[in-house]
Amino acid sequence: MSMLKVENVRKSFGDHPVLQGISLEVNRGDVIAILGPSGSGKTTLLRCINFLERADEGTLTLDGQTVDMHRARKDEIVALRRKTAFVFQNYNLFLNKTVLQNVTLGLTSGRGMNRHEAEKIARNALEKVGMLEKADAYPISLSGGQQQRVAIARGMATNPEIIYFDEPTSALDPELIGEVLAVMRQLAQDGMTMLVVTHEMEFARNVSNQIIFMDGGHVIEAGPTDAFFSHPKEERSRNFIRSILNKE
Amino acid sequence: MNERVLQIVRDAFPQLMEKFFTMTIPLTILSFTLALLIAVVTAMIQYAHVRGLQKLCRIYIWIVRCTPLLVQLYLVYYGLPSAGIYLEAFPTVVMVFGINEGAYLAETIRAAMEAVPSGQMEAGYCVGMNYMQIMWHVVLPQAFRTAFPSLFNSLISMVKETSLASTITVTEMFRQAIVINGRVYETLALYTEVALIYLAFCSLLTVLQHWGEKKLSSYGGVR
Repeated sequence: MSMLKVENVRKSFGDHPVLQGISLEVNRGDVIAILGPSGSGKTTLLRCINFLERADEGTLTLDGQTVDMHRARKDEIVALRRKTAFVFQNYNLFLNKTVLQNVTLGLTSGRGMNRHEAEKIARNALEKVGMLEKADAYPISLSGGQQQRVAIARGMATNPEIIYFDEPTSALDPELIGEVLAVMRQLAQDGMTMLVVTHEMEFARNVSNQIIFMDGGHVIEAGPTDAFFSHPKEERSRNFIRSILNKE
Repeated sequence: MNERVLQIVRDAFPQLMEKFFTMTIPLTILSFTLALLIAVVTAMIQYAHVRGLQKLCRIYIWIVRCTPLLVQLYLVYYGLPSAGIYLEAFPTVVMVFGINEGAYLAETIRAAMEAVPSGQMEAGYCVGMNYMQIMWHVVLPQAFRTAFPSLFNSLISMVKETSLASTITVTEMFRQAIVINGRVYETLALYTEVALIYLAFCSLLTVLQHWGEKKLSSYGGVR
């Protein structure tokens, strides 16, 4: 049985349809890369799945809990979010909190864990992303790559079923992308289920096991990574891969 | 300045300071605390777009900001008794000052809350916090830091505005000066003395503000 199942998601901003009936399925341990040109609706899809945007239509099942994505109640959303983590393009670390507090806040405040236990978990997570020595620093003093690694630790610490990544390297200077991808690769090897909106073809090709290719608010092609890159079925997929390869 | 005037100024000083510490400062602290409470609640209601209440907040801010403080003070203290409502002078001042300043501070705090990047709120939701938890741990602390200089502005204003309380029989420092002056008639010297005490105290607050800003900047700029 799939761990996350999303069916027929629709979302418009005003008259502009952004998602036109998207469905996808994620199994435990999957690392799925969502690819597609700018404006294809990838980010909106991820934000709808975690209710940062309210979908106009759609059904979501996570870990056995099914909700109507348009009508889900606040308590249902909170319950769903506690099973997930979200890594933003702009990191969105809490600016008034230290690195350590950034990681513990979801545990102490969000889940009522005591501070001592939360700090133990947080230090462990920070160590995994190589940021433990900056535990007492404030986000503003960190590089983008360091901030994003802290953001990933913040997500890991809550022990989620799945982590959503929204273009986690797009805001980074080229020389800082590697350190973030390395952390994500390690996470994938540890068996974490991940749904990743990305422009990093190298990551998609080498780390993900499934590809979802979107364009114009539709899923154009979905399937195993190897097949997608070696024998893309759709014309638009082929064009996309060709344009990316040309850039590289 | 002759010996007599100096003596008057010297004799007046402890009396003025007594009123300063027993009336002016308590009035300021109580009024400002009330104002802050009103302001945070009002700002949060507007920030969260609570239907109905939001309109009420706008009306409150509109009325309070568009009528003079002195008129509000007179209205409550001298006017309300005609409607059968009698209030003591001191609580009247605290209430009127609190409600008055609350309207201004509400706007300051609301603007500061709206300056907090929306991603902070989203990140809070995504780590499993609810609205009030995010407000308390993330949005309000950041807004407070942005609003800090403006809050101090208001506090300093309020110290001086307490002198208006003299007009409704509250013997704070300024009224004490008026009373002493009525006895000895050294207007220039006594009112200069009072002005200097206000100046000294508000200067101290200014120094405190700079110190506070430095403390708060320890986590760097909030973008």
